[in-house]
Amino acid sequence: MAELRYREALNQALREEMERDERVFIIGEDIGVFQGAFKVTQGLLEEFGGKRVRDTPISENTIVGVGVGAAMTGLRPIVELMTVNFSLLAMDQIVNHMAAIPYMFNGQVQVPMVVRMPQGAGHQLGPTHSHCLEAIYLHVPGMLVAVPSTPADAKGLLKAAIRDDNPVVFIEHESLYGAKGEVPDDDDLIVDFGQAAVRREGEDVTIVGISRMAVTAQKAAEELASEHDISAEVIDPRTLRPLDLDTIVESVRKTNRAVIVEEGWPHGGVGANLAALIQEHAFDYLDAPIKRVTGADLPMPYSKPLEQIAFPHEPQIVEAVKALL
Amino acid sequence: MRVAYPGTTSGMGDGLDAAREWLKTMVLIRRFEERAGQMYAKNKVGGFLHLAIGEEATIVGAVRAMRDEDYLISTYRSHGHALARGTDPKHVMAELFGKATGVSGGRGGSMHMFDAERRFMGGYGIVGGNLPLAAGIALSSDYRETEEVTVCVFGDGAANQGTFGETLNIAALWKLPVVFMVTNNQFGMGTALERHAAQPDLHKRGEGFGVPGLKCDGMDIGDTYEVLSEAIEKVRSERTPLLVEAVTYRFAGHSMADPEEYREKDDVKKWREQHDPIKNFAAKLDDVDLDALDEEAAKTIDAAVEFAEESDFPTPESIYEHVYVTGGQVRG
Repeated sequence: MAELRYREALNQALREEMERDERVFIIGEDIGVFQGAFKVTQGLLEEFGGKRVRDTPISENTIVGVGVGAAMTGLRPIVELMTVNFSLLAMDQIVNHMAAIPYMFNGQVQVPMVVRMPQGAGHQLGPTHSHCLEAIYLHVPGMLVAVPSTPADAKGLLKAAIRDDNPVVFIEHESLYGAKGEVPDDDDLIVDFGQAAVRREGEDVTIVGISRMAVTAQKAAEELASEHDISAEVIDPRTLRPLDLDTIVESVRKTNRAVIVEEGWPHGGVGANLAALIQEHAFDYLDAPIKRVTGADLPMPYSKPLEQIAFPHEPQIVEAVKALL
Repeated sequence: MRVAYPGTTSGMGDGLDAAREWLKTMVLIRRFEERAGQMYAKNKVGGFLHLAIGEEATIVGAVRAMRDEDYLISTYRSHGHALARGTDPKHVMAELFGKATGVSGGRGGSMHMFDAERRFMGGYGIVGGNLPLAAGIALSSDYRETEEVTVCVFGDGAANQGTFGETLNIAALWKLPVVFMVTNNQFGMGTALERHAAQPDLHKRGEGFGVPGLKCDGMDIGDTYEVLSEAIEKVRSERTPLLVEAVTYRFAGHSMADPEEYREKDDVKKWREQHDPIKNFAAKLDDVDLDALDEEAAKTIDAAVEFAEESDFPTPESIYEHVYVTGGQVRG
């Protein structure tokens, strides 16, 4: 085991997979000479050269489309978008092309590629640079969606994503890039998609945390235990497509209560979807309504005090849990 | 001086054979499109149906200038591209009928033809959506150190999309082997060229991105073939993109749902009478019997319609097939 930061774990995954498979290459804005807006691609240009680490103009839609075309003809591209907010410019290529092509052409062609991007609030970047949009990608059939919250998962899921034959939307979190964690020393460290992690076992309530909120939920669970004598089970789904519903449902059947925490908007969110799935599969086990803790229903404000109350923190989760018991 | 045709006299041997084959393929496309329109009227074909009647020379002229290993990528008006590339008309017609034997298994329809084996990388329903893909395919050709060239066909309407500027810039910047072929049929759906393009000389639009432009008469297969051949071979050797504008005219509506109120019937009549790419090319060749070619095409298309009629629809159980590649991390 080595202790690595989340960004270092991602960097290792990229390096190892590029060493392993010559078809793997990376394109994106400022990933080469600049070393990456968040330094995830640091050192890769020097190591692999300009053919495999390619800086692009600021043209998100076309960058993703270039990846799709290359993937359709035998390569395994990784496209880095600077943030999830900018991926909205690439929606046509992601939804109408990347996700649809394998189906639209009846499996004659595959699109094995990864679109990486970070999301998240907390840096006072205002209404166009701060959102969490995993719910939008969860909505789209034809691609896989990962939301890693630990360095080990970041590495293992990214390696799995690169090796998978499906297109993958890989959503990192800006606030986690500096987070440290234990990462197994293994060139073949793979975290399979569709396998949730139980971060903390508990008896009284199930808390499902998405992306960074899996980390926030663990802190809230510790506070619930120490301050309120409440035993919370914390689940990190790690991937939203495919989703490990079994682990979540099994937990809810045990605890009889569920709280879903996400940083994104409430309406049509990941929690809304999960709440529907949980009640379909565990209705008779529920002792209370399923509760959601979400980001505020607004474009993210710039001002620090406003921004801080616009996305969930531990106290909101603690309150939500207490309201159920 | 340009040699307009591979052969216009019987003394030119192979050249004349090639010219006859071009004519035959244009006739096949024309008759296929007409029959597809009839099948649409009979409710055998659903959705949108965009016909390429009048644009046959742009299709066959370009495709015949390509090598087998080159990639072709096109738009929602792409039945002809599949046929010219050699896809069996039976499977193209079956796709229109939504049958399991269609080129895309009934999942794509008229706008989404595809033939991986013949490197026809698809028709695409989103205007301008195929340009970034073409750049990616070309990047892949260079990455794999091949001599392949990608021909990317799109319409005058697509030249106004953001992907046009973005892709031309990237292709020029990275020196990608793409021939961008704008099939200028002078209407973006129902909006005339001069009403949608500030610079209607579309081949000049690449200059600002560092992509030189050429122009050809898209109603003249000889000229189209010559200019595309020149462009494709230049791109093949220099590994840097070119833009070719083929000026053409569609004789039918944008789709079947088009009352054509945006243009004069006399204009359409004039283009049909004076610029028909099939009639005009046939007149330049010795010893061709257009009626016989028509009859042969009709037979082929009869068989295609029969095949489409008799084929089964995809089974309800198959509806989720190919949403994901299963067996790895995704269960079936």
